Order: sequence, then C-alpha cells, then structure tokens
Amino acid sequence: MPDLLIELFSEEIPARMQKRAGEDLQKLVTNGLVEAGLTYASAAAFTTPRRLTLTVEGVLDKSPTTREERKGPKADAPEKAIKGFLRGAGLTRDQVEERETPKGNVLFAVIEKPGRPAAEIIAEVLEATIRNFPWPKSMRWGTGALKWVRPLHSILCILTDDAGHSVVPGEVDGITFGDTTEGHRFMAPGRFAVTSFDDYSAKLARARVMLDASERANTIWNDATNAAFANGLEVVEDKGLLAEVAGLVEWPVVLMGKIGDDFLDLPPEVLQTSMKEHQKFFSVRNPKTGRIERFITVANRETADSGATILAGNEKVLSARLADAKFFWENDLRTVRDVGLEGMAKPLADVTFHNKLGSQAERVARIEALARELAPVVGAKPDLAAEAARIVKADLASEMVYEFPELQGIMGKYYAEAAGHDDGVPEACGEHYSPLGPSDDVPTAPVSVAVALADKLDTLTGFWAIDEKPTGSKDPFALRRAALGVARLVLENGVSLKLTEQLSASVWPQLDLSRAELRNWIADQNIPEAENALKFWLQSWAKADGERSLLWQRARDSRSELEKLKDEKLDADKVLAEIMFVHDKILEDLLAFFHDRLKVYLRDQGIRHDIIDACIAMPQNDDLTLLVKRAKALSETLATDDGENLIQGFKRANNILTQAEEADGVEYSYGADIKFAEEPQETALFEALDTAEAKIAPAMEAQDFTSAMSAMATLRGPIDAFFEAVQINAENQTVRRNRLNLLSRIRTLCLSVADLTKVEG
Amino acid sequence: MSDTVTPPRSFQEIILRLQTYWASKGCAVLQPYDMEVGAGTFHPATTLRSLGSQPWVAAYVQPSRRPTDGRYGENPNRLQHYYQYQVLIKPSPPDLQELYLGSLAAIGVDMAVHDIRFVEDDWESPTLGAWGLGWEVWCDGMEVSQFTYFQQVGGHDCHPVSGELTYGLERLAMYILGVDHVMDMPFNDPQTPIALSYGDIFKQTEEEYARWNFDVANTEVLLRHFEEAEAECKSILDQAHDDAKTGKRIIMAHPAYDQCIKASHIFNLLDARGVISVTERQAYIGRVRALAKQCADAFVQTRAGGWQPGDAA
Repeated sequence: MPDLLIELFSEEIPARMQKRAGEDLQKLVTNGLVEAGLTYASAAAFTTPRRLTLTVEGVLDKSPTTREERKGPKADAPEKAIKGFLRGAGLTRDQVEERETPKGNVLFAVIEKPGRPAAEIIAEVLEATIRNFPWPKSMRWGTGALKWVRPLHSILCILTDDAGHSVVPGEVDGITFGDTTEGHRFMAPGRFAVTSFDDYSAKLARARVMLDASERANTIWNDATNAAFANGLEVVEDKGLLAEVAGLVEWPVVLMGKIGDDFLDLPPEVLQTSMKEHQKFFSVRNPKTGRIERFITVANRETADSGATILAGNEKVLSARLADAKFFWENDLRTVRDVGLEGMAKPLADVTFHNKLGSQAERVARIEALARELAPVVGAKPDLAAEAARIVKADLASEMVYEFPELQGIMGKYYAEAAGHDDGVPEACGEHYSPLGPSDDVPTAPVSVAVALADKLDTLTGFWAIDEKPTGSKDPFALRRAALGVARLVLENGVSLKLTEQLSASVWPQLDLSRAELRNWIADQNIPEAENALKFWLQSWAKADGERSLLWQRARDSRSELEKLKDEKLDADKVLAEIMFVHDKILEDLLAFFHDRLKVYLRDQGIRHDIIDACIAMPQNDDLTLLVKRAKALSETLATDDGENLIQGFKRANNILTQAEEADGVEYSYGADIKFAEEPQETALFEALDTAEAKIAPAMEAQDFTSAMSAMATLRGPIDAFFEAVQINAENQTVRRNRLNLLSRIRTLCLSVADLTKVEG
Repeated sequence: MSDTVTPPRSFQEIILRLQTYWASKGCAVLQPYDMEVGAGTFHPATTLRSLGSQPWVAAYVQPSRRPTDGRYGENPNRLQHYYQYQVLIKPSPPDLQELYLGSLAAIGVDMAVHDIRFVEDDWESPTLGAWGLGWEVWCDGMEVSQFTYFQQVGGHDCHPVSGELTYGLERLAMYILGVDHVMDMPFNDPQTPIALSYGDIFKQTEEEYARWNFDVANTEVLLRHFEEAEAECKSILDQAHDDAKTGKRIIMAHPAYDQCIKASHIFNLLDARGVISVTERQAYIGRVRALAKQCADAFVQTRAGGWQPGDAA
C-alpha cells in the first residue's frame, strides 16, 4: 500500500498559526480520504515557517467498490414517481429489479459504485482542502483568486510504494502538483525533487530545515538553557515565546547577548516586556540577584562568523529599544519626584475616558469616593484607600505606559514607591486592575481590594448608565471581566458587600455627569438630548438633601438655561419619576448581570445553574458572598440521598398544594393543627416539622446555611412516609384542609431556605 | 544574491542605489508627494493607484512626518521627520520576496552573515480604511522594511493585489553604515570637501519642529483647519462628474484626496499636542477614514482607477 506525502510551500506563515494549520491539514485530508473510502495506517503533520507537510502511510491504492440498494416506488406507481426514482438512481427502467413484497411489487435499484484510484481521490481531496482551508486570516495575491495565508508557491503531492514514487496529477489555481521543494531560503537555496517522506526529511535536514516544530523548540530550549547555565545564569521560562520563536525559524541557532550596563537597573518587567514584545528575546536572569542580565535570541541560520554579526546587530537594536525605555523611565521618575503622582495624573483631566462618562480625572474622583466608602467593608483605612485611588491611574499619563500599555499598574507601583507612598498604596497601584481573568490572582491586601472594587464598580455603573452593555460576543469595554472581577474579589476575600447599595451610590454620579452635556445640548438647541440630560440632572437635585443650597443654585442655573429652550415644557415630577425608574432599572439590570457572571463562574466550580437560581430568588441576593454560601450549602445538601429525595417530597407537596389552592380558590396558610392528625405518619410529620423549624430558623438567622439545610434534609423520611401512608384528599373536609395546611408548612419551611421550586429534577 | 557589493558610504548613496535597483526592475521612479504625510503609503501613487484594475509599478522616496515621534534630535533613532522608500507593484509579482532581498543586497547587506526574517505583521491603516497581510522584515532583529500584500484600500477590495514595500531609510542606512546616532550619519560622501551629516541638515529642524509640534502649534487653528479640509474634501467630491466649462468628465479625486491627506496630518499634529483623548481619537480617525473612502470611491470612477467610457457613470 502506498504512502502519501503532501507539502504546501508558501511565503512565511505567521508563527502563531502554524500548529493549528498542521492539525487542520491532517484532519481535512485524512477525513476526506476516509470519506471517499481510502483508509490509511497512520498520519503525521509538520510545519515550518514556509511549509505545511503531511505524511500519510499505508493508504489504500484504490477505494473499494460499493453496492447500494435503494427501494423505490411500487411497480404500478404513477409514471412521474418512477421517472424520479430512476433519475435519482441514474438507471433505466430495465436496469432496476421488481420484487414481490407484502405491499405488492416494488422497484429496487442496485447501484454499484466501482472503486476509484487513490490518486484521483487524493487530488480532489487536496484541492478541496486548499480551497477551504480554515486560516484565521487569508489573502489573495497577484491576479489570482485563490486564498491562502500568504502566497502559495508550490504543492508537492506524491504517492510512494515499492515500485517507486509518482506525482499525483492535479492542480489548484494554476499551481500544478509536483515532487519538488526547497530547503532553507538562505543556507540551501534551490529546488530539489524527493521520492518519499524519508527522502524528503533527510534532504530537508541536509538543506538546513528542521521539519518538526517540537524538535526546533527543544533545540532552542536546550541550547538556551545550556548557554545560560554555562554563565551561571538561567533562562526565564516562557512557553508561548518558545513556541512562537520555533515558528520563526527553519534552522534555529541560539545566541546569547549582553544587555548594556546602563539598562540593568530598569525594572525587570520593563526589560522583559521590551525584549519579548519587540525583539522576541528570552530574558536571562541571574538567579542570585533576580536581575535580568542577558538575553537569548534565536537566529535562522549559521554564519561563517558564528553569528557575531547577527548578535552585534541584535545587541544594537536592543540598546536602541532600551534607550527609549530608559528615557521614559527617567522622565517619569523625574516627574514623580517633582510633582508626585498627583502631578503626573494632572493631564488625565484632559483625557476623555469615554465621551459620555467624562474625563479620566473625573473617573478617578468617582473611584476615590467609592473606594473611601468601600474601605471599611474590606478592612482598609478610608484615607489610604482614597490616597491610593487618587494615584492608581497616574501611570496612564506616564511615558512608559504610553509606550508599553501592558505595563499599566506595574509602573504605577514603581512610581508610587518612588514618590514615597507606602502602607499598601503602591501595591494597590499594581494590583487594582486584577483579577484580569477567571484564573488571575485576586488581590487580598485591603487597600488593593477597595480600589480594585471601586474601579470595576465605577466602570460597570458608568457603562450601564449610558446603556453600553455587552451584547452577544461584543464586550468592547470588558464589562463581563469587570463583573467577574468584582465577584471574585468579594468571594475570595469573604467580603460581605451589599452590592445594590454600592451600585446605587456609584450610579448617581454617573448620571450626574450629563449636566455638562446638558449645557452643550442646550447650546446646540438639541431638545431631545437636553431633555434627557435634564432628567439625569434633576435626580441628583432630588436626591442630595444635604447639599440643598448648592443644588438650588445649580437648579437656578439650569432653569434659566432651560428657559431658552423654546416650546419645551417639562413636568419636573414626571421627569423625576422617570429618573428613578432609570436608576432602579440600571440597578436591577446590573444585578442580573452579576448573577449571570456568577453562574458561569460557579458552573465551572461544579454548582448547577438551577441551584444558583434557587438561591438568587432569595432575599439579600446582592450579597454575593452570602449567595454563594447558600448555593454551596444547597449544592452539598442536594448531593446527598436525603437532599435529593427531599426535593421530590417538596415538589410533590407543592404540586398538590398549588392544585388544591387553584381549585379551591383559597390559600392554605392558616397553620395546621396536630389535633386533626389521624395517621401516625401524619403526627410524625408534625413533630419533624416542629423539630426542623426550631433548628432552621436560628440557623438561617445566623446565616448558617449548612445547618439549616441539613435540618431541612431530615424532613425527607417523614415526608416520604407521610405521602406513603396518608391520603391528602380525605373525605372529611376538616382533615383535608388540615393536611393541605400541613403541606403548606413544608412549603413555607423549605422556601425559607431556598426557592426549591427552581431546582430541576 | 551572494555577489559582493561594495558597501555604500552615505545615506544618499543608499537611496540612489535603491532608485537604480528598482529602476532596473522596471519601476517608474517617482518623486516625493508635495504634501505633509505620515508615511509613504499616503502618496496617491500608492493609495489611489493600488485601486482598480490598471497595472502599476512605481518606486519613490517619501519624506514623512510623525509629530509625536519628535525628540528634539536627541534620540539616536527617533525623528518627527524622516524618509521612507516605497515600492508598489500591481499585480504583485510571484518573486517579490526575491526582488526585495535583491534590493537589500544592492545596498550592501551581505546575506551570508546577516539574519533576515519575515515576521508576521498585518498592516492596517485605520485612517485609510486599508489593510493587507505581510510581514515586517527583520535584519538581525531590526525591522528594516514593511512588506504588505494590499487586500483592501479605502474600503475597496484590491483586484489585482498590489505588493507594497516600505523601507525605513534612516534606520536601515544607520545599520548598514554602522552609525549609532542618526545625526552622525553621513548624508553625502564623507570624503567630499563639504561633507554633511544627517545632523548638519536636520538637527536644528528636529528641534524647531519638536517645540512647535508639542508646545506651540495653535490647536484652535488646527482644529479649524481640520474641519475646513474635511468640508472641502466633501465639497469637491459633491461636484458633478462633468465639468461645465470643458464638457469633459473630470472627477477631482486627487484634489479631494489632498484634503484628506491634510486632515490626516492635522490630526497627527493635534495628537502630538495632546489635545485628543483616547476616545476622541477614534472619532477623528473615523472622520479621516470616511474621507479616504469617498476619495477611493471617486478614484475608481476615473480612467486611472479603471473606469472606461461605457461603464456606469
């Protein structure tokens, strides 16, 4: 059985796309072969910057002949039906059989598909693969219509067996399949022919191409760590960078270079970021000092001077890059020394955060107020939280962060230290963006937590106030991440935070910002927008009693401005009601958003969404810590046998009760009386409910959900026994009503723990 | 490619060799566009000529301005005014990479000792509504050129596709000449009686422009000019296709595009003055892009843009 070798040779493929492309090539080709009946023994894909290669061993040399039997209409069916059947089968009337069946004579077609030679199938599959290749981004070139990641130059496609090799006849968009390829662009230029995969890989190796990406990565890593070790140093591990660099070279040559002494005092994050982002260098660290002292670069060729020219060039480029970084660092430090971080932050007054949400400086003021308020809740000193909040965004105005946005926060920490801040303030600068994702570390230092929360809450309320919520896959302001961040900060620090209150406190200033817009709109005679702005403005007037005189002043200003609006009469009460509606709506909507994020987060921790729903339906659902505590307790309870069965008992009780209530048009909540109990199981349930109630009520009071729920779960036996033995719809109406009232006790008691009607199953 | 080439001795020699090389490869060697632009791509010989079906092959030096990059002539590598060398070939030839490498050899890059790499860098110009796929070309870790296959310009799909090469001339020349500070680079032949360095020519202007760009440029005036350029561009394109005076079909795509270039440069100046916030940036870029798109729409209605009598007006 022959082996198949395919190579798609192109201009340089982006490193980040190579691995996936190799997998896709293998999947698309082998699936196509198998679908056409060509099975194979094994397959493997390889990638380099200029080629995707697939070897498939033990391919059938032709696809098997297939026989398909199709049942058609009855022999005496209308002409039209028979014709349709024959057309579908591609046969004539005399080629189909008539067979007797219990339903009469029926036509049968036997379609035989002869097997096809492998080459024919391969050519079709390969063409379809190339034309439909799932590149993340692809392009056209020249005058052609074919799309590939970069211009595709040649297609090698050969079948090899004992008798030798043959080119699979085929072509795609003018590129004819052949048996030649190229080696290293510079070290071994020129095309050569190959006869098999073994021949191909051997010749490539001679032509200075290491075909296997993992071999290249291993070579790089081994050579790099050896070079570092020989100098008493260590390479800072970076798997992403290693994979990328392995995709940039066909013949890796590791070179270790020096970082100029002038730059060794830059923060390690700056060195690392600059070297990695710009130059794709590995950082080499002195394990004793933790300082980054050298770099590793990976060249794509050997040279007569053993890489000396290449290394000198790379060192020079790095020096230029780091000279820039050092220039920024020193300028920033000078600024911080001269005017402090508050001074550094000054230009933020002129930087718009969002055109409907004011400047960065206004945002910082809101975060400060919020952080001060949140501080006691998370155990931070309000003054420290406010101090941190005032400066956490200052580094956005620094030159370093302008150049390297990914260093935001990190630079803030260094600059805060340089400015003499302490007591957790520099750390807050560094950590307040965290957590950035579901697996990022959550800050625990109180000042950091206060500011991190304030930052995120302000973002959320702001974008909600201007109705810029995430939709579908669009979340340009990373609001989902912000909400998850708040949830994780609260949960992982065990903070009890009344989210609704905090959100409300944060929403008002967001709405108030529209006052500035009001002026503009009035100036522009934009009546509908002005009306909106007025609505927002009036609410702050209505709310803040304490600042009445100031607000009256503002009211007069705006009134007189509004006088100028022609033909526009606004009813202040109506406007106010409208504003409160908006406020409440924002809060309600935001809380639901938090709950959605929480569901996703908890689902990953194994808590079912219906269990969370059952807890969200309970009061104080804006205290996420409490909510999760409840959900976890419920989840654990439901995982027990008693818990699971209790749900059934509860549902049964609830169903019977609801039906009876609907039929009778009354609510059975008068309290059942044990004196009407007739059966022992009935009496036992009364007692069990009394016992459970006595435990549940105080446990709930103490927010000890685990105790409350295990007390609830003890009801499972008595409830089951009750339903087993007792007929609810007794003839005696008093007994029946009493039993329904008893069911009502079950419902009330269970619902006091969580809304079990929402639990599925 | 391994032919040994005598090393060039000055900045201008490198430019001259590029001109000669690309002329020998059939390029029309054009002159710089006479307006302030941020990059060689803005030259209508690239932006507009990459549109439509007409073949095109051109090379030129383009002085470029990036006000935010000004460093008063002190930074060894950064300038607010610098030169790009630009090549545009439509349709892109199959051996464009080899042609490009040949140009490096022609200016003295010895392929046997240097490490040349094509590193993914998808090019996008939000202001031109243009994008393409390609690479930045690295020589020993330094980006020496941008290599792009244009896919879309001014919102129009490119058919056929142009191949665009952009060389950052100062950086490339400094590397080849072994100079560490741009101002020290010989501009003309250093052996000549009156040898001029890059600094002799540009040190003072870098200082002057840096001061003006960062601290003095009158932002109110600039803002007004932006509005005016925008309005003029639109008004030019609003004119009827047929000229009343000559009776000819004259669509003024180029004059309109000049206004687009102007708006783009003014935006860059405003940006350097620090008066444009992150969110406003997007709005300004969007406004320039809208102009570029309208100019592209107009250009494809012209003969150079592939329109022929008989096509829909």
